[in-house]
Amino acid sequence: MTIDLEQHLRQRRDGGRKLLVVYLTGGLNNDWLDLILSCVDSGVDAIEIGVPFSDPMIDGVAIQKASQRALEQGANPLQIMKDLHQLDVPVPLVAMTYFNLFHHSGLERVAGWLVDGGISGVIIPDLPLEESTPWRDVARPQGIATVQLVAPSTPQDRAEVLCRESEGFVYGIGLMGTTGERASLADTARLVGPRLKALTTKPVLVGIGISNPDQAAEAASDSDGVIVGSAIVRRVLDGAGPREIGAFVAGLRTALDGR
Amino acid sequence: MSIMSHPDETGRFGEFGGRFVPESLVGACIEVEQFFTKFWADEEFRQEYAEILSSYAGRPTPLTEAHRLSEHLGVRVFLKREDLTHTGSHKINNVIGQALLTKKMGKSAILAETGAGQHGVATATAAALMGLKCRVYMGEVDVERQALNVFRMRLLGAEVVPVSSGSKTLKDAVNEAMRAWVSEIDETHYCIGSVMGPHPYPYMVREFQRVVGEEASAQFERLVGGSPDVVIACVGGGSNAAGTFSGFVDSPARLVGVEPEGGAAIAKGSPGVVHGMRSQLLQDEFGQVEEAVSISAGLDYPGVGPEHSYLASLGRAEYRCAGDEEVLEAVTTLSRLEGIIPALEPAHAVAYLLREAGKEIPLGSTVVLTMSGRGDKDAEVVAKLLADRLS
Repeated sequence: MTIDLEQHLRQRRDGGRKLLVVYLTGGLNNDWLDLILSCVDSGVDAIEIGVPFSDPMIDGVAIQKASQRALEQGANPLQIMKDLHQLDVPVPLVAMTYFNLFHHSGLERVAGWLVDGGISGVIIPDLPLEESTPWRDVARPQGIATVQLVAPSTPQDRAEVLCRESEGFVYGIGLMGTTGERASLADTARLVGPRLKALTTKPVLVGIGISNPDQAAEAASDSDGVIVGSAIVRRVLDGAGPREIGAFVAGLRTALDGR
Repeated sequence: MSIMSHPDETGRFGEFGGRFVPESLVGACIEVEQFFTKFWADEEFRQEYAEILSSYAGRPTPLTEAHRLSEHLGVRVFLKREDLTHTGSHKINNVIGQALLTKKMGKSAILAETGAGQHGVATATAAALMGLKCRVYMGEVDVERQALNVFRMRLLGAEVVPVSSGSKTLKDAVNEAMRAWVSEIDETHYCIGSVMGPHPYPYMVREFQRVVGEEASAQFERLVGGSPDVVIACVGGGSNAAGTFSGFVDSPARLVGVEPEGGAAIAKGSPGVVHGMRSQLLQDEFGQVEEAVSISAGLDYPGVGPEHSYLASLGRAEYRCAGDEEVLEAVTTLSRLEGIIPALEPAHAVAYLLREAGKEIPLGSTVVLTMSGRGDKDAEVVAKLLADRLS
């Protein structure tokens, strides 16, 4: 049974919790499903599953490498969804990938795969709102939320429209740049929460450039929570297994809980 | 209205084109569109652009009748000599336009991707001319096989960044340039080198290359009268072909684009979305982009400009392939019959002509072929491949 993304995140937020979403590349290692389970055990509120694409335009080095490695090992969207079908976790799964994988196999068909994989929502960074209508018309009846991203460069009137149209939550891009770890939190990341929470009651999460527990706590202080991707994926590429990843995620959780 | 007028408000030519970019780049694309629309309709800007093309870049370029080649083939061949422009290829037409636009936008830097290095050299040149900072992304494989152009770019003051991701060629250089652009859109313009990418690039670059076709069409009219039977140009992303075709699309001429055998997006691909556009694309069963493989770094690209996909879907232009082997032969033949050493890219167009004269191209036809660039940059690669054949 697929979990309703927005309802799930709203409930947890309204219960006073800062939200933590982590990103893992599907099919990266044989134990990638165990990585998901250890993240769940360490207190994430949703999992973003990166479905690898050959040309990840907005991704930095860590996710590029992970995508390439997963593809070399034969990862494909259909198999990733079949693998996820085996999984039973109490948090929603959100697929993050590029539009060509939808376009090529057909929107209806891919929506069917995602439903089989228990996917609650999608993030498609190269599908801006203007191009998204055909996909959203297919996804919505299937219970798949299409998350809109808002950038620091997005003008205010456009940000309002994106917040209104976003489903599941609003993805506030923390900085002008690609995904990847940064030495310090960008000034723009601190502004995401105040700016977007004034426009919407939907959960507002900050992603891109959140690298460690301190940065997570800082970015979450004025928003509803954070998305951490490259910091996890880089550790997996460096050989970290479920136990080490679980420990890192637990550290993020602790920081967000202010303990 | 001409088939090659302008795309619709979503940036589409028929079902192709569009603007598939991350939210962080939407505003920057809109800004380019607004400035281009405004200044392309501005008489003063058009004059400034034309003046630089003539006084600096060497326009108009001649339309040369290739007498010995014509005799050899039994068709009457005219070469549009983009190889004679400053920097040695048609790429200069586009970058002069975009560099001027960069100044109008109040930006201080320009970045570019390059395959063969011709667009990189042209961008570095325009940047030097106009006092802009310049950075060029180039696949590691291409850095290796186009070493001369790498040196030229550096000499011109540009920073050349080798790209080691993916196939390490043009496709990956585009990805890396887009990634870089996101973090510096306030001060930097991304100068895409072909009729590809998100709207308005396919349209804008074709407009800046339109001069090739307009000149050639007027020159043919003066030299021969009427319009040619066949117009041929090579196609990677497709900018010289788009510029050439725009001058003949409303005439009865048959338009032929020649793709490399190993990168034939139109002949062998299917519709896909990458690099901000929907167009014909080489891809696997799940939509992963496949790597193109060609002797020519400039055509080593798995996609193609959306307007070419549109012209192909209409049947207004036809797209054919040429293989590495016949391309090398074409280099030799044109060099020896006409004293013109072509770049490997237009040698694809020549190879098609050599193969099809008397077949797809009936004897006695008139042909205009765009010689998009000169062969100096390829001398080392070609020398290795032809070493045992030349004496």
